[in-house]
Amino acid sequence: MASLTAPAEATTEAARSYLDHGAPLWRRVLLTREMAIIALLLAVIIVASAALPRFATPVTLGFLLLDVMPILLIALPMTCVIITGEIDLSVGSMVGLSSVLFGIMHQTGLSIPLAALIAVLAGIVGGAINGILVTAVGLPSLAVTIGTLALFRGLAVGLLGTTAITDFPRYWTQLAKAKIGDTGIPQVMIIFVLLVIIFAILLHFTTFGRGIYAIGLSPEAAHFSGIKVGRTKLILFILTGTIAALAGVYYTLRFGSSRGDNATGMELQVIAAVLLGGVSIFGGRGALHGVIAGVLLIGVLASALRLAGVTADVINIITGVLLILSVVTSSVLSWVQRRRARPRALSQGGSSAS
Amino acid sequence: MKIGITLRGVAAAAAVSLTLVASGCGGGGESGGNEASPGAAGSEAAENANLAITFVPKNLGNPYFDTSDKGGEEAISEFGGKYAEVGPAEASPDAQVSYINTLTQQQVGGIVISANDKKAIGDALQEARDAGIKVVTYDSDTEPEYRDLFVNQATAEGIAKVQIDMIAEQIGDSGEIAILSASANATNQNAWIELMKKELANHPNIKLVDTVYGNDKDQESFDKTAALLQSHPNLKGIIAPTTVGIAAAGRYLSTSKAKGKVALTGLGTPNQMRKYVQDGTVKEFALWNPHDLGYLAAYATKSLITGEIKGTEGDKFTAGKLGEYTVGADNTVVLGDPYKFNKDNIDQFKF
Repeated sequence: MASLTAPAEATTEAARSYLDHGAPLWRRVLLTREMAIIALLLAVIIVASAALPRFATPVTLGFLLLDVMPILLIALPMTCVIITGEIDLSVGSMVGLSSVLFGIMHQTGLSIPLAALIAVLAGIVGGAINGILVTAVGLPSLAVTIGTLALFRGLAVGLLGTTAITDFPRYWTQLAKAKIGDTGIPQVMIIFVLLVIIFAILLHFTTFGRGIYAIGLSPEAAHFSGIKVGRTKLILFILTGTIAALAGVYYTLRFGSSRGDNATGMELQVIAAVLLGGVSIFGGRGALHGVIAGVLLIGVLASALRLAGVTADVINIITGVLLILSVVTSSVLSWVQRRRARPRALSQGGSSAS
Repeated sequence: MKIGITLRGVAAAAAVSLTLVASGCGGGGESGGNEASPGAAGSEAAENANLAITFVPKNLGNPYFDTSDKGGEEAISEFGGKYAEVGPAEASPDAQVSYINTLTQQQVGGIVISANDKKAIGDALQEARDAGIKVVTYDSDTEPEYRDLFVNQATAEGIAKVQIDMIAEQIGDSGEIAILSASANATNQNAWIELMKKELANHPNIKLVDTVYGNDKDQESFDKTAALLQSHPNLKGIIAPTTVGIAAAGRYLSTSKAKGKVALTGLGTPNQMRKYVQDGTVKEFALWNPHDLGYLAAYATKSLITGEIKGTEGDKFTAGKLGEYTVGADNTVVLGDPYKFNKDNIDQFKF
């Protein structure tokens, strides 16, 4: 702790003079919920590395990334959906349904890529069902996706019953776990990084992406500014279904097992991570780097606590408290910001109009 | 003043996060240097047997596994090992994989696990074994290639025989009986029913008149019991080889005229059956003793760690108070005959 406070004092001075010059750019970059989560993530990593001798190893990194991969993947489109003010609760069930379809297609003799393609097609159809019910029929996404949560899971369990398909080719199951050299980083991270780039561009650097934020802030205003609200939401639900199905294929190969109850409850893990990452459940705010940090934070915490011999219930309690704290602090922060903004606007009004 | 304080706080927070970013990079770079440590720990373990044995039940907070793991803890304290129990809150294979991975990193001596999936946890177990950890399954097995030993609670033959023996005793070895099973395609139950039919050949006066399926649902099993009694007025006994079925049948019988006239037995858990045994609806039912199962699994793991046994067929080891056991086919040890629960002993069991 002592080592942390010394440089903190030093930069405080720099920060203050910077602020006095009225150039809050880096403050705007650093003092965000996203940065707070990233800082927390780094803090947890540092503490865990210092306190747990076996934490800072490539093995841990590899297991950790493999464990959170499906959540990482689904969190990308989920972020977009939640920013529009909607939600998709059916993703966990879609992972299960995709896993089952993938298994059954493989069992009927299709090659792995073809079976995966059919599973992903099911994801597109499932996402489209959600999207059409929300946009064309105009139902609330909470209700629609609770329905499809039950529907997709019912189909998955109904198709396979209590049995499991496990005879996947070793080449593919190994590929799902293969690491890049000795780094401990799984090769599937490459797919994830590609998707992150695509989603980051889509969300942060296109008119489509700006439209997503606009819809979240005010659907009516967005509509009158010429944004196709319905079409945007439909595309996002389809994307979510597709990525969830892709995650289902990965999940199946990773565990070498296609089961109807695969990934039960994953939707809540995804949504918890997205909210922890600074996305507002009311829509209109959030960024991908925060969400990725949110997913990793939950994963790193769970991994470190497991290594420290903490039981699953306690890990759940800690994750839950963290989530509540993050939501509470964000509203406290915005309250503080509003309090601060008011007097400043008053004082600035007279002196510096330029 | 107020503004000044807030700004300073904000700036300090920014500075802290900056420092964290900087030191975070350092932490990331260092991680490569620690690679040697697991190996070092491994060689230490090899010098004197690492008797740190961790139980991984299907899920935590399950009375059945609480009982079995307590048996494991008793055994481990007897031979001076280090007992631990970890596991997921929900019985899913992916959650178990995370725990197996963690145990591999921790370099425990042995893992005793009840598998949530025969295959899904296989690779994780294989990685643990590659790291020198002994893997023993209990209660629920994986594919044989993924573990050193399976401690089986009871054989299918034993389970079939004990149920026929009990019903024969309770109905005086003659009369009509029926079976209330789980679902029509339940693997275990169907295997047991086939073996029970064979066993019935030794009881010529007992006639199996019907087999019905309650699909392991309480209400369905309850209704099927009612239907059985209606369609077979001369029924003298019901065998329910499923814990859900026997409890539902017990609930029906305990409030019907048939109470005490129609015998009920099968596989059940003491917690579910206690009141029906106490009120006389059920004389005796069977299951295995989970406490002994955990106890035996712990001793088997210890024997593997010390190198006393390899886990191959014909190996012999002593399991404390339970005596000597021999490893059978498929690297399996069988606990013994199913355990019978009745008025005299049911209160000792809390699962």
